[in-house]
Amino acid sequence: MLTVATGNKAVAAAVKEAAPAVVAAYPITPQTEIVEQIAEYVSSGELRSQYIPVESEHSAMAACIGASVTGARTFTATSSQGLQYMHEMVNWAAGARLPIVMANVNRALGPGWNIWAEHTDAIQERDSGWLQVYVGSVQEAFDAVLMAFAIAEDERVLLPVMVNLDGFLLSHTMQPFEVARAGDFIPPLHLPHAIDPAAPGGYGTLTGPEDYFKLRWDIERSMRDSAGVIRETQERFARTFGRKYGMAEEYRCEDAEVIVVAMGTLGREAEVAVDLLRGEGIRAGSMRVRWFRPFPRLDLSGRDVVVIDRDYSFGFGGVLAGSLAAAGGARPFSVIAGLGGQEVTYEDIAGFVRERRPGEEFWFGVNGDV
Amino acid sequence: MTEIPREEYILKCTSACAGCGGTLSLRYVLKAAGRDTILVVPACCTSVIQGTYPNTAFNIPVYNVAFASAAACASGMSTALRAAGKKTHVIVYAGDGGTVDIGIQALSGAFERGTDFLYICYDNEAYGNTGMQRSGATPLGARTTTTPAGKTQPKKDLDAIVAAHKPPYMATACPAYPKDLFQKVEKALSYRGPTFIHILSPCPPGWRFSTEKTVEMGKLAVRTGMWVLYEREQGKVTINGPSKAAMVKPLPAEEYLRAQGRFGGISAEAVSRMKDDAAALAQRLQKEEKGIC
Ligand SMILES: Cc1ncc(C[n+]2csc(CCOP(=O)(O)OP(=O)(O)O)c2C)c(N)n1
Ligand code: SF4
Ligand SMILES: [Mg+2]
Repeated sequence: MLTVATGNKAVAAAVKEAAPAVVAAYPITPQTEIVEQIAEYVSSGELRSQYIPVESEHSAMAACIGASVTGARTFTATSSQGLQYMHEMVNWAAGARLPIVMANVNRALGPGWNIWAEHTDAIQERDSGWLQVYVGSVQEAFDAVLMAFAIAEDERVLLPVMVNLDGFLLSHTMQPFEVARAGDFIPPLHLPHAIDPAAPGGYGTLTGPEDYFKLRWDIERSMRDSAGVIRETQERFARTFGRKYGMAEEYRCEDAEVIVVAMGTLGREAEVAVDLLRGEGIRAGSMRVRWFRPFPRLDLSGRDVVVIDRDYSFGFGGVLAGSLAAAGGARPFSVIAGLGGQEVTYEDIAGFVRERRPGEEFWFGVNGDV
Repeated sequence: MTEIPREEYILKCTSACAGCGGTLSLRYVLKAAGRDTILVVPACCTSVIQGTYPNTAFNIPVYNVAFASAAACASGMSTALRAAGKKTHVIVYAGDGGTVDIGIQALSGAFERGTDFLYICYDNEAYGNTGMQRSGATPLGARTTTTPAGKTQPKKDLDAIVAAHKPPYMATACPAYPKDLFQKVEKALSYRGPTFIHILSPCPPGWRFSTEKTVEMGKLAVRTGMWVLYEREQGKVTINGPSKAAMVKPLPAEEYLRAQGRFGGISAEAVSRMKDDAAALAQRLQKEEKGIC
């Protein structure tokens, strides 16, 4: 069924298809529409979930943890300050190996108060043990949420998944998309370590260094295995629903001399820039990183690389640029752009490519024109 | 006659201090709750005394969770269990710090939402886990490692805060009165919705008394009126026998205070304020019991 809706509504529609047993969430701009829509589905009986209207994001994730450990499918959504407030429990969810799915609407962090798109909120959770995917369209938001449940709940993964969509640019932008009927795409959840009075035992008890170390390694092993599960799930999704996804979306990269790497809607904008540059005779291509955790292997060898980060790690640099440099030894031209919802057009991106200076960092709008 | 079951859910070899009132309390709580129970425990002494992974000294499932999050975690757990048609008791067993300080927001939220669970605060009147720092539940004049000269503020009135949420059942208790505690847990679990028990739990190293005196200290607290045993059932107050007797003929508060090293050097002014507060509470409860308020 083709429909037109915002990214937030698409997320809610996907949650309806996945039918989690428990949703616990707290409102925050620009995510609010997701929880409102889910509450509406629950109240009208279209979605037979328990909706827990918690009093904070810390409690939202705590409630998801309590529900999930009983073996119940669980969902929440947040953004920015909410994700930060939740931080302690975000780590807890992964450490406890609970396949919770969360939509995070990417928004800048205060101060000053700024409700517009930026990835720093989610990027700061990159080391928590959550899988992270960043989407570039309303359709992709819907599809990613459906797949997130299947991936998180796979016994080879059993880690939580965060689906990221850009504040306003996707959360509040109407686009046509197809509501796929989930059917049996997401198998029933079987949590092997579900809590059960018939099998008494301690969860999260004091753990010495040796065992703790093994448990941490087990998270990393599952994180590595998750790459294969993501691939399988995306292939199965393509066979079932006809839409194909990769770890990253490559655009006109085959013969490219320069590749733009970005995430979220900036990655889509980069594709328009690529077409413009090709028209000028510059052999450009783009790679939109979808899965940030596990981090993908990108083939950038022998090409110039322009990385656009909608995030920043103070005292270090753009996190995507830094990650690519560490993973592949690339010396990217690192552009910091779009913070706090700054507008970045395909023409701006084409400018970054034309004037690229490998190995340097450039703050768009601060360092002047390229 | 109430028969307290012989079955033990706290096995031998916990790492609790000798004479731990909190652990003694939990022993009775679990006997009353029975096998179909999940305990949710935030950071506190109880998270330590279970022992070290992969072993546990508790013979029921225990979900250990972050300090501020017990009530919210239990909220999710109870919701999911009820949705799956299960009647399993969900019991939070939290310290005073995890209740009156960092956990109060989650507690308030879970009660306001009508979560079906029992929240128990075992109150040793300080942060035991981290070495006896003050909490909002530390009484006036008590020395802790962060109030070396004695606390200058009175104990936070947790019960009034919980009562403001109008739960169907709430009570105070003390492990020096095990039958009373046992019955209160049974009663709390017979209700649907959020119920609450506040247990004064004498703590030998924290309060500085010798380990064989835990029960004596609990009895002194009640007999001096420094701790009142009562229930609030559907809003109706009942003062329990031992406290009723204490209200008629209380022992002097000094007998309780002098028995504990933490009150060493307490000012006469602080003692008199504590007596006034205790008298005011007794009066208020007596009035409420009679239905005059
Ligand atoms: C967010 C956070 N802050 C601080 C701590 C450290 N901490 C662990 S237990 C505890 C005190 C617990 O006191 P209480 O709740 O009274 O329980 P008790 O230890 O006395 O049994 C503190 C401060 C923590 N675990 N988490
Ligand atoms: S410090 Fe007090 S409450 Fe904690 S285990 Fe020891 S006796 Fe029990
Ligand atoms: Mg304490």
